[in-house]
Amino acid sequence: MKKIKVIVAKPGLDGHDRGAKVIARALRDAGFEVIYTGIRQTPEDIAVIAQEEDADVIAMSLLSGAHNTLFPKVVELLKEKGLGDRLVVGGGVIPESDIPFLKEKGIKEIFTPGSKTEELINFIKENVKCDEE
Amino acid sequence: MKNNPEFIINGILSGDRSVLARGITIVENDLNGAEEIISKIEEKTGNAFILGITGPPGAGKSTFTSSFVTELRKQNLKIGIIAVDPSSPFTGGAVLGDRIRMRVHTKDENVFMRSLGSRGALGGLSLKTSRIVSLMDAFGMDVIIVETVGVGQSETEISKTADMTAVILAPGFGDDIQALKAGILEIADIFVVNKSDLAGADKLELELKQTLKLNYTDTSIPVIKCCSTRDDDFENVYSEIKKRVDYFKKEKILDERRLNRKRRDIYDLIKSEIEKITEEKIKKLGGIDSILNMTDGKVYLTEELKNLVKM
Ligand SMILES: Nc1nc2c(ncn2[C@@H]2O[C@H](COP(=O)(O)OP(=O)(O)O)[C@@H](O)[C@H]2O)c(=O)[nH]1
Ligand SMILES: [Mg+2]
Repeated sequence: MKKIKVIVAKPGLDGHDRGAKVIARALRDAGFEVIYTGIRQTPEDIAVIAQEEDADVIAMSLLSGAHNTLFPKVVELLKEKGLGDRLVVGGGVIPESDIPFLKEKGIKEIFTPGSKTEELINFIKENVKCDEE
Repeated sequence: MKNNPEFIINGILSGDRSVLARGITIVENDLNGAEEIISKIEEKTGNAFILGITGPPGAGKSTFTSSFVTELRKQNLKIGIIAVDPSSPFTGGAVLGDRIRMRVHTKDENVFMRSLGSRGALGGLSLKTSRIVSLMDAFGMDVIIVETVGVGQSETEISKTADMTAVILAPGFGDDIQALKAGILEIADIFVVNKSDLAGADKLELELKQTLKLNYTDTSIPVIKCCSTRDDDFENVYSEIKKRVDYFKKEKILDERRLNRKRRDIYDLIKSEIEKITEEKIKKLGGIDSILNMTDGKVYLTEELKNLVKM
């Protein structure tokens, strides 16, 4: 059976990746194949990595506050590469009031600091489109 | 994205990166269409040179690969990279992190990198790696680098996919040559002593050369010392490897390797088919438990069971 492949990416300028690494490991323990990109990735980098890895899910984490530009940019670049069908989710310090905008831009779910990794894992399992044929 | 073989084949031959990526997913997971894609793509392969890079974790394989690719890009060569990392045998999950070291090449359209979890695939990993190599080859890569961790049996096994294998060592990561995993030294066509900026690199180089002198008839195996976190040494690294490649071509070692690879791949292919037949057979006989019932819980081949298996 095909494994679910998840890119864990940190766009933006903040240099803390402890949270992202914890998420990467939790996803691995849930049986996913995780590609960790490292910190300070541009939306272009993330889209190329998702493309080459043929990822099912792109999970981005951001603390620096630039989510309203960076997250939608990744979605747009994915579409350009013919990857508009991939599941994109975001996490980090994101105000409630920004969430409707982000969802409208194609980020399927936002996980704020209080949320548990199980919520992310379940969300992925329920929403991923892993066309296996 | 569409998975139909014709779409995938055309996409790969016309240079569509997203389609190459999907083709790789199909052969990696043995999805519908994999055999058709491979059968049609085979005739477009044979151009790429396949370099295996292996060694202990932390020796600097990914860092070396990145700097080497920078040098290859100066020659305007198109590069494929396959980075194989171990998956958890329990969950099948994996964190594949080699991309972090290769980030300078991410935006380069002439470099295509793919991570691969070893997944504990029984015997199938080298075959799958070969097939991914074939797709990249047909896509037009000139050099394909396969990075594997030199720890387990399956990892050294994949090195046989390569035309040539470089074993990377570094002080502090296998400076005790005697303790190095048996088998990892034997597969080397080239040795790289990495982290030449660290104390202990000279000693490692010396010990390695002595070991080679004592144990090998092929004294032509080069030992290249370098520092992978800088680019300075890589002109030399390139020319040493190039010399070795020319030698392999001249002595027809390359042709022999490729024939051996085909032999092994078709063997593995048959083995994995038989594995599928085994699963079906067990299902047909009512499952493992009812088979155990047949033998009164003992693990041996009764005449009855033998006949049922052959049927
Ligand atoms: N000092 C020094 N460190 C290096 C060199 N090459 C790699 N490293 C470091 O060694 C660590 C492991 O490198 P990596 O390429 O991931 O090793 P791999 O596990 O063999 O792929 C990293 O922190 C690198 O920065 C080198 O030539 N000199
Ligand atoms: Mg590595």
